[in-house]
Amino acid sequence: METETAQLLKIPADGNYGDVMVLGGGVSGIQASLDLATAGYKVYLVEKSPAIGGHMSQLDKTYPTNDCSM
Amino acid sequence: MGDFSVTLNRKPRYVIEDRCTGCTTCVEYCPVEYPDQFNQEISENKAVHIFFAQAIPLIAYIDESCLYLKEKKCRICENVCKADAIDLGQKAQKMEIKVAAIVLATGYDTYDPSLKNEYGYGRMTNVVTSMDFERLLCATGPYEGEILRASDRKHPHKIAWIQCVGSRRVTPGDNSYCSAVCCSYTQKQVILTKDHDADAKLTVFHNDIRSYGKDFERYYQRAEELSDVRFIRSYTTVAREDPETKNVFVRYATANDGVKEEEFDMVVLSVGLNPPADYQGLADKFGIELTEHGFCLASTTNPIGTTRPGVYVCGAFQGPMDIPESVFTASGAGTQCGELLDYRRGGLTRERVYPAEKDVSQEKPRIGVFVCHCGSNIGRVVDVPNTVDYALSLPNVVYAQEQLFSCATNSAKEITDTIKEKGLNRVVVAACSPRTLEPLFRDTLREAGLNQYYYDMANIREHCSWCHSKEKEESTRKAQDIIRMSVARAGHLKPLQEMDLPVNKAALVVGGGLAGMTSALSMANQGHEVHLVEKENDLGGMARRLHYTLDGLDVQEYLDRLVRQVYRHPAIHVYTNAEIVEATGYVGNFVTKLTSDRGPSEIKHGATIVAVGVDVYKPTEYLYGQDERVLTHLELEERISSGDEAVTGAQTLVMIQCVGCRNTDRNYCSRVCCSESIKNALKLKEINPEMDVYILFRDIRTYGMLEDYYREASAEDVKFIRYEPENPPQVEATEEEGRPVLQVSLMDYVLGMELAIGADIVTLAAAVIPREDNKDISQLFKVSLGPDDFFKEAHVKLRPVDFATDGVYLCGTAHYPKHIPEAINQAYGAAGRALTLLSNDIVTVSGSVCEVDEARCMGCEACGRACSYGAIEFRKTKQGKKAVVNPVLCKGDGLCNAKCPTGAIYLKHFTDEELLSQIDAMSATA
Repeated sequence: METETAQLLKIPADGNYGDVMVLGGGVSGIQASLDLATAGYKVYLVEKSPAIGGHMSQLDKTYPTNDCSM
Repeated sequence: MGDFSVTLNRKPRYVIEDRCTGCTTCVEYCPVEYPDQFNQEISENKAVHIFFAQAIPLIAYIDESCLYLKEKKCRICENVCKADAIDLGQKAQKMEIKVAAIVLATGYDTYDPSLKNEYGYGRMTNVVTSMDFERLLCATGPYEGEILRASDRKHPHKIAWIQCVGSRRVTPGDNSYCSAVCCSYTQKQVILTKDHDADAKLTVFHNDIRSYGKDFERYYQRAEELSDVRFIRSYTTVAREDPETKNVFVRYATANDGVKEEEFDMVVLSVGLNPPADYQGLADKFGIELTEHGFCLASTTNPIGTTRPGVYVCGAFQGPMDIPESVFTASGAGTQCGELLDYRRGGLTRERVYPAEKDVSQEKPRIGVFVCHCGSNIGRVVDVPNTVDYALSLPNVVYAQEQLFSCATNSAKEITDTIKEKGLNRVVVAACSPRTLEPLFRDTLREAGLNQYYYDMANIREHCSWCHSKEKEESTRKAQDIIRMSVARAGHLKPLQEMDLPVNKAALVVGGGLAGMTSALSMANQGHEVHLVEKENDLGGMARRLHYTLDGLDVQEYLDRLVRQVYRHPAIHVYTNAEIVEATGYVGNFVTKLTSDRGPSEIKHGATIVAVGVDVYKPTEYLYGQDERVLTHLELEERISSGDEAVTGAQTLVMIQCVGCRNTDRNYCSRVCCSESIKNALKLKEINPEMDVYILFRDIRTYGMLEDYYREASAEDVKFIRYEPENPPQVEATEEEGRPVLQVSLMDYVLGMELAIGADIVTLAAAVIPREDNKDISQLFKVSLGPDDFFKEAHVKLRPVDFATDGVYLCGTAHYPKHIPEAINQAYGAAGRALTLLSNDIVTVSGSVCEVDEARCMGCEACGRACSYGAIEFRKTKQGKKAVVNPVLCKGDGLCNAKCPTGAIYLKHFTDEELLSQIDAMSATA
C-alpha cells in the first residue's frame, strides 16, 4: 500500500504521463504495446486512423500459410 | 533521453466513443456517399461509418465529407442515433503526453503507380494495384469477396501481374531497393484467385523470383504448379487499353519469342513499399536521422535503435519487411525500452482486482442468456427478439435479453450487473466465435463474483447468420438449436480453478552465437540472471567465420566486444564445451542439467531461448574436396581477409550460387548466399580491380536494401550469368594456353550460346543447413522442427519467436538462415518475449486440463503417445501403472481422450457429461 501511494504521488495531476509512447497501431505497434504492457509499462498507443490494424487489416490472407489476416 | 514530451493533435471523431454502440443506424440514414478508403476507394461508404467490419474500436466516425461539416446542413445522424452519441461540435484536441521512451512503428506507404504514366494506373479502369486486389479478394471488400472489374462489374478471367512496380529501378520517382514482399504476396494472390475461379488464366511477369524466406520456396512452387498459371521472366509495360472492352494490353519480351503484346481482362501492379509518407516530418519531430531512402537510420548491430537515445524503431520503418519481422522487431523494441526503463517497471500499472468468488456449486442452475445482434451481422438474419423468447422457454433459464453488441464495454457491464441483480449462476452469450471474445465474457462473470468457467458461448454468427444469410427462418431455428445446446451444457459446467505458478526470474540461453549473446545481454541488463550455454570452446558461433559485412561492419571486432560484454556482465554465467543432458519442468519453472567446463550443473530457470544456429553444407559438387582451387563462399571470405594472394591475385574467379539447396534434398533458399557472394565480389574488385569476377546464379535474391549492392557489383563489372537448375554449370580442371584453369561451362540464356570461362578459383555458395543436433534439442525442450529441420515457431506470422511450448523462445539462424542485422533483431525479439514472462511474479495456466480417473486407467500408455507436450507421466501404484497428468504442461487439446480405450482420461470443461448433454439437446425437438 505504501509503495502504491508513493507511486501515485509521483504521477503529475494532469495524468498524461506514461512510460512509453508507441507511434502507429499496425501489427508492429500493437505487438510492441502488448509486450510493453505485459512487462509492466504504461503505454500510449497512437494511431492516425479511426481504428488500429494498419495495412495488415486490409490484407485478405497472409503468405505462406494463407491464414486469415484478421 | 528518458524524458520526452509529445504534443498530439487528437482529431475529432464527431462521435462520443463511450456512447456509440456501433449499431450503424446512422450509417444507414447518412445521405453522403464517398469513396471508402479502407477499400482502396473502389467502393463507396457513408460520411459516417465504421472504418471496417472488425474495427477496434468498433464505433463510428464522421469523415470530412459530412454535409454538416462542410455546409452546416443535414444532421440526420444526430436525430437517428438512439445512444445520443453524435457530437458534431467536437473540436480537435491538443494533448501533451510525457513519456520516457518512444517506439516508432509507423509502418510503410505503398508506392503510387499513378505518378508514372507507363502503368496506366488511374487512366485504365482495369489496371489495379496489388493492394486494390487484396481488397477485391476479401469477403469484406468492395464486392464482398467477388473479384470484379470496375469497368463492367464482370469477373476477370485472364489476369496479369507485373512485378517490381516502383522497385529495383533508379529512374526518378522509383525506389532503387527491392521491396522484399511482392514476389510472395503475388504468389498468394495467384493461389487465392485460383480458389475464387479455378479456370482463371493467370500470368506473372517477373524479374528474379525472390522466395528467400522460410517456406517461401515451396509456396512459389505451389503457385507455379497450378494449372493455367504462367511465370514469365521479362521486363513488361502496359501498352494500351481497348476502348470498347476496356481490356488491357501488356507488352513483354522473352528470349525465344522477342517482343509480344498480349490482352488481359485485368492487370495487377505489384507495387512496392515506400517509407511512411511524412518521413521527413517524423524525422524532424522526433529528432532522428534517416537513410537516403527515407527509412529510419540505424546501425547493423542494432537495427532497433535510432540515432536518438530513447527512441526506437520497429516494423517497416526500419525498411521493407514482412509481418513476422514487424512482430519480432516490435518485441525487440519492447526489450530495449525495458533496458532503459527497468528502474520504473510496474510503477504506473495497476493490477486488476476481482471480487471474491461465490460458491454456487450446490445451487440449482440459474442460467442467463444474452443474445447479440452483432450490429446487423446476426440481427439482420436471425430473429433475435423471437430467439430471446425461445431461450426463456428452456429449462433452467431464468433470464434472457437481447443486446446490440454484447462485446461493447457497456454491454459487458450490463451482463455483470444482471448476474448480480438476477442471481444468475450460469451465463450463455449467443454471439460470435469463442476464439476472440470468450476471455472478455468470462471476465464479466469474474467481475460478478462467479467462477469464469460457468460460461458457455453459442456461436450464432460464424456458425449460423454468416453462412445461411439468405435463409432467415431456418437461421432463426438453427440459432435456437445452438442456444438450446449451450444451455444444456451450461447446466453441467463445473467451477474450475486456474493455477498461479511462481516464475523463476532466471533465463537459459542455448547457443552462444551473435543471437544468443544479444538476447542474453538484453535480459541481463534488466536484472535477470542468464545462463548462456555454448557447445563449442568459444563464444561467437558462425559469426566467427565472417569478417566484414556489405555495409562495412568489422564482424570480428564487434564480436570480440560482445564476448567481452558477456563475460564482464555480473548476471551472465557462461558454460562452454557444454552438453545438455536433461531438460524438465514447465513455463516459469524449468530445470536443465548439463555438463560443461564448469563440471556438471543443474540450472533452474523461468524461460529458455533456443539460439543454436546453423551449419554450412559441405559440397560434393563442382570438384569440391578434389581440387583445392574450389572453395566455399565462407572459405573465400577467410582467404580474402587473411590476404591469400592465390585468391586476391586471381585473374578470373567464378562463383556458383545455390549449391546444396533449392533442390529436392533441401527445398529451400539459404537466403544469405547471394549477398555473401556479392560482398566477396565487391571486396575482390576493391583489392584487385583487374580481376574478372563471374557470379552464376538462378535468381539474385538481394532483397530489401541489399539490392543497392547488387547494382554496385554490376557497375563494378562483376558479371552475372543466369543458369537453369536442369542445366547447371560444369567444372573441369584443364589447361588454357599453358595456364592450369578450372573450366566452367554453361549456357548463357541472354546471349543464347554456350560459354566457357577459364577460372583460377571457383567458389560455391554452399547451403546453410540445420544443425544435426537440432532433433536432440527439440526433444529435450519439447519444441518442434519444421519440414527442413529448422526450429518451428508457434505461428509463422504472429508468434515468430515463441514456441508452442510456453516459456521457450527462438531466435537467430536456428529459426532460418538470416543476415546479422536480422539475427540481432530477432534476438532482441526473443528477449522481449521472454521478458513478458520473466517480469511477472506469477504465470496463470488454464483450468481446462486433463485428469485421470485412476480406477479406470489400465496403464496402456496410449494417452502418453498422443500427447505432444509430454504432459502425461506413468507412475507405479499398487493397482499397476497409472497415467498422471501434469496440469501445467497440459494444453487441453483432448487428443489423449480420444485414444483412451477405457475413458479414464478426461478433459475438464469438456467432459463427456457436458458434451453429451449438448448433443442430446441437439436431437431433442424444440
